Amino acid sequence: MSELVGLYALWYREFKVFLREKSRILASIVNPLIWLVAYGGGLGAAISFGEVGYQAFIFPGVIMLTTLFTSIFFGLYIVLDKRLDFFKEVLIAPLSRMTIFVGKMLGGCTDAMLQALILICLGPFFGITYTPYSLGVLVIFILFIAAGTTSLGLTIGSQLNSFEGFGLIQSFVILPLFFLSGALYPLNNLPDWLFIITRINPLTYIVDGMRGALLGNPTFPLYVDLGVAVVFVLVLIAAGSIAFKKMKS
Amino acid sequence: MIGEDPLMIIKVEKLTKKYKDLTAVDHVDLTIEEGEIFGLLGPNGAGKTTLLNMLATLIPPTEGVAYVNGYDTIKDPANVRKSIGMVFQAPSSDDILTGYENLYLHSLMFGVPKEQRKKRIAEVLKLVELEDRANQRVKTYSGGMRRRLELARGLLHKPKILLLDEPTLGLDPQTRGHIWEYIEKLAREERVTVIITTHYMEEAETLCDRVAIIDHGRIIALDSPENLKMKLGKSMIRAKIKDPKLDLIKGLNYVTKVEEKDGEVMIMLNDGGSHIQEILCNLGEASFVELREPTLNDVFLQLTGKEIREESAEGEIERYARANGR
Repeated sequence: MSELVGLYALWYREFKVFLREKSRILASIVNPLIWLVAYGGGLGAAISFGEVGYQAFIFPGVIMLTTLFTSIFFGLYIVLDKRLDFFKEVLIAPLSRMTIFVGKMLGGCTDAMLQALILICLGPFFGITYTPYSLGVLVIFILFIAAGTTSLGLTIGSQLNSFEGFGLIQSFVILPLFFLSGALYPLNNLPDWLFIITRINPLTYIVDGMRGALLGNPTFPLYVDLGVAVVFVLVLIAAGSIAFKKMKS
Repeated sequence: MIGEDPLMIIKVEKLTKKYKDLTAVDHVDLTIEEGEIFGLLGPNGAGKTTLLNMLATLIPPTEGVAYVNGYDTIKDPANVRKSIGMVFQAPSSDDILTGYENLYLHSLMFGVPKEQRKKRIAEVLKLVELEDRANQRVKTYSGGMRRRLELARGLLHKPKILLLDEPTLGLDPQTRGHIWEYIEKLAREERVTVIITTHYMEEAETLCDRVAIIDHGRIIALDSPENLKMKLGKSMIRAKIKDPKLDLIKGLNYVTKVEEKDGEVMIMLNDGGSHIQEILCNLGEASFVELREPTLNDVFLQLTGKEIREESAEGEIERYARANGR
C-alpha cells in the first residue's frame, strides 16, 4: 500500500512539473509541426503514395519522433536529478527502487501521451481521418513507444554521471532509431542493407502498426507489430528496473 | 534491536568507507544518545558527509556496521529510512513546486497516514514559520527559507533522528542564527536526536551537546565543546615576542602548555586574567598580545596542526549556487 502511495507521489510530481513547464510543452509541439508543415509539405509537393499524401504518410512517424525525443530526454534528465541533492530525497524514502523506477516511468509516459494527444488532434489538418478503431490502435502504440523509450532513457541516465554523453545518445540512439524505422519512407523496395536494418529496428513495427491503422496497407500483420512492441517494452522495463537497482546514489 | 543499551539511538562500529585511492571514513566507532544534538566537525573532505550518508543508507560501508534506531543500515534499510529525516547539503526541494506541494509529496513517499497529512504539514510549517509562503513556488524563496522548508520536510514523518548535512552552508550570519534556533527548538519540542555536520566552529560550539572532531576520516576527539576546550586550559595567551624566554614560563605551575611557531608564542593556562602580568614580565618584549578563551578552532589546531578554514568551502558553495540557479 505504502509503495502504491509512493508511486502515486512520484508520478504526481512529474505530472505537476510537466504542467508548469509550459515552454517545454510548446517546444515539443512546434518541433513536429515543422516536420509536418515544412518537410512534409515540401517533399509532399513532389511525391505521394497512391491516394495518401506525404504529410499523412509521415504523420505516425512524426508522432513517434516527438514521443521518442520527449521520453528519452525525460529519462536522461535523471542525470541532473542525481547531481543535485533533489533525487537523494527520493532515494532516501522508504520505497523500493522498483517503485521509484515505475513512478518515474509512468510520469514520463504521461508527459509523452499528453503531447501526443495534442498532435493527434491536429491530424485532420494533414489528411488524417480517425475511426474509433484506428484511434485506439494509435494510442496503444504511442503508449508502447513512451513506456519503452522512457525506460531506455532512465536506463542510460541512471548509469551516467554527466551530460557529456548526451550528444552521443542523440547521434547513436535517437536519430538511428528514427531514420531507420520507415517513419519517412515506405518499407518495400529498399536496398538490401537498409531492408535488413529496418527489420531489426523494433520501432519499424510500431510505425507500421500505427500507419496501418490510420492509412491501411501495413507491411506486417497487426499481431506481428503488436508482438514486437510488447517485447520491446517488456525488455526495456526490465532493463530499467535492473539499472535502478544497481544505480549508485 | 541492539538490546544491550536502549538509550543509544545510534551505534557505529569500525565503520569504514574506502574509495579507490582514498579512505573517506576510517574505522569510526561512535554512540549517540537519544535526544542529543551531536556535531561532526571537520574540514571539507574530512569524511563527515560520507559518514552521514552511510547512516542514511545512501551509500554502503566498505567495512563495519551501523545501527540507527536499533536497525542495521545494511540489513534493514527500510526501517532505518523510516526512522530518519535528512536535510542535504545542497537544496533538495523542488523549486517548480510550492512549499506545500513539496511537503505533501514527502508525506506520501514517507508513508504519513492519510488522516494525519494535513495536520502534520500545518504543524511543521508553523514550526519553521512558513505558513504564509506555503502556496508559493519554492523558486521565489530565499536560501534561508528554502533551508527551513527542508528542515520542516525532514520532520514531517516524525523521525526519531534528524541528519543535517551542513544545514547553514552558504547562508548569511543572521539566517544562520535563525536556523540554529529552529534546530534547538526541534530537539526540545519534538525530542528528536540531531546529528549535524559542520565546518563552522561557532555552529558546533553553540548548538551541539557533544562534538566529534573528524580529520582524514578518523574521529580524533569527542566530548562536549566545553570539555574539549578545557583540555587546553581555561584561557590562552597569544603573543609576538622577540627572543622569548620560554623555559621560565614552562616552569610556572598554572601553565599547562607552551608552544612557539613562526615567531608567535601560545601559552595555555588555567587562569589567564590574574597571571598575565607575571607572564608578560617573564616573557620579554611583546609587540602583540591577545588573551582569550580557547575556541574549538584552537582545539582543532592543537590536534591536527592545522586550522579548519571556514572559507574553504568553495566547492560546496559553487555546488550550492549551481543548484539554486537551476
